[in-house]
Amino acid sequence: MRAAATTGSQPLIEIKNVYKQYGTGIVAVSDMSLSIEDGQFVSFLGPSGCGKSTALRMIAGLSEVSAGSITVNGHAPGSSSGPQDVAFVFQEPTLMPWASVFDNVYLPLRLGGMSRAQAAPRVEEVLAQVGLSKFAKAYPRELSGGMKMRVSIARAIVTKPRLLLMDEPFAALDEMTRFKLNNDVLRLWQEHGLTVIFVTHSVYESVYLSNRVVVMAARPGRVVDDIAIPGSYPRADNFRATREYTESCEIVSDALNQTLGNDDINH
Amino acid sequence: MTTETPVLNSEQNRRARIERRKAVIMPTMAIIIALLVWEGLVRYHEVPHYIIPAPSLIAQTLVKDWSSLMSSMMFTVKLTMLSLLCAIAGGVLMGMIFALSRTVEMSFFPFAVILQVTPVVAIAPLILIYVHDTFTALLICAWIVAFFPILSNTVIGLRSADHNLRDLFKLYRATPLQRLRFLLAPSALPYFMAALKIAGGLALIGAVVAEFVAGTAGQNTGLASRILESSFRNEIPRMFAALFLVSVLGIVIFLATSWLSRLVLGRWHESEIRREA
Repeated sequence: MRAAATTGSQPLIEIKNVYKQYGTGIVAVSDMSLSIEDGQFVSFLGPSGCGKSTALRMIAGLSEVSAGSITVNGHAPGSSSGPQDVAFVFQEPTLMPWASVFDNVYLPLRLGGMSRAQAAPRVEEVLAQVGLSKFAKAYPRELSGGMKMRVSIARAIVTKPRLLLMDEPFAALDEMTRFKLNNDVLRLWQEHGLTVIFVTHSVYESVYLSNRVVVMAARPGRVVDDIAIPGSYPRADNFRATREYTESCEIVSDALNQTLGNDDINH
Repeated sequence: MTTETPVLNSEQNRRARIERRKAVIMPTMAIIIALLVWEGLVRYHEVPHYIIPAPSLIAQTLVKDWSSLMSSMMFTVKLTMLSLLCAIAGGVLMGMIFALSRTVEMSFFPFAVILQVTPVVAIAPLILIYVHDTFTALLICAWIVAFFPILSNTVIGLRSADHNLRDLFKLYRATPLQRLRFLLAPSALPYFMAALKIAGGLALIGAVVAEFVAGTAGQNTGLASRILESSFRNEIPRMFAALFLVSVLGIVIFLATSWLSRLVLGRWHESEIRREA
C-alpha cells in the first residue's frame, strides 16, 4: 500500500478499524482505517457494493458503525456536542420541490434558527458563488440537472462547513456539465479551505479532483489502496492531457482492476 | 428560463385563450342543448309533470319555493362544511399520530377501516338512537364518511418524504417540529389535497344520506328532507328542484377544492403544473 501525501497537520477525520454490518448480514465495510488531514481532497473510488457510500454516511453520522470508531474533529459524527461543520451532497440534488432556490439554500440556516433577514446576505453570497444569483426565486423543477446540483452545493456550503461529503454527486450528469461542476467544486474547495471526501466510480474524475485516492473493493467492502496524486491546483486547462494526469490514471486504474480481478476469483 | 420571440409568444397566447374559452363554451352549450331537448320532448309527448317535469317548470318551482329551499340548502351546507372540517381535523390529527407510531397505527387502523367499509346507511339508525340531538347525529354520520380518505392519505403523505431529505434534516439536527413543518407537512400536502377533493364530495353524500335515514321533518331540516317530503306529497317538480340544488352544491364543493389544490400546489407539484405543448 502506497502512503498518501500528508501535510503534517492534525487529522480532521480519524477512522479506526471500522466495520459495518447490516441487519441482513451483509458486511458493507470491513476493518477500515484511515486518517484524513484538514484541507485534503480525498476520493473514495471503487465498484458498486464496495462500501464507499456507507463509509461516507458513517462519517456524516447518518449511519452507525457496527464496530470501531470514527471521529471528526475530535467528536463522534452526529453527536450533538460537535459543531455544525459537516455538509453532505447527495447523488440526487435532493431539493425541496415546494421551496424556491433561495429557500432551499436557506434551509440549513433556518434549521439552525437564523432568521430570513439575517441569512439573506449569506444565501445570496453562495448563490453568486455557484452562478445562480438570478435564479433565487425559481423553483427546482424550472432548473436543469446541472443547475439543481449547483443549488445542492450552495446549500452545502452555506453553513461554512469544514468538511464537505459528496456521494457520487455528478454521476447522473452529462460529461460537459460534470467537467464544469468539477472545476466549481475545486474552486470552492480552495476558496473555503474545505476538506472534501468525494465518492465516485470514475477513475478520471477521482484523479482530476483529488490529491488522494482511496481505492476500495467489494464483498466485503474494504480499503485496498491509498494513492497520492501529484499535480498542482487550480488544475490547468490542459491538465487532462498532461503525463502527470495520465500516469496517475493508469496507477489508479491498475489498483481498481486488481480489486475487480480478486472479486472474479472469489466468485 | 428561455427567451422566446414576442411573435411566437402572442401566437401561443392567442391559442391558449381560445383553448380556455372552448373549455367553458363547449360544456355550457352541451348542457343548454340537453335542457332544450328535455323541454321539447316533455312538451311534444305531453308528459304529465308528476312523472317528468319540464326544466321550465322546475325553474318556476325553484323561484316559487325559493325561501324554503334556500333555508334547507343552508342547513345542508352547514352540515356538510362542519362534517368536512371535523373530518379534516380528526383525519390530520390521527394521521399524524399514526405516522409517528407504527404500533398505534397497527392497533387503531382496523377501527378506521371498519367505520369506512360499513355503509353509513346501516350505522345511521344506531347513531340516531344513541345521540339525541339530531344535528349532532347527522354530523357524526357525515363525518364517518368523509374522514377516512383524509386519514389514510395523510398517513401516506407524511411517510412519503424523500429519504435523502430526511437525512439532510437529521444532519442539520432539525427538531421534530421543524421536521414536521418544513419537511413532512409539505411532502404530505399533495396527498392531503387529493383526499380533500374526495372528502368534500363524500361529506355532502354523508349529509344527504344521513338525513334520509333520519327522515326528519319540519323547519330546521336540509335538502334531503325536502326531497323526501316532496316525494310523499307527489310534488315531483319540487323534488327535481331540490335535487338540482344538491347537485349545484356538489359542483361548488368540487370546484372549490380543485381551486384550492391548484392554489397550494400549482407552483411545484406535477399534478397541478400546466405544461406548454
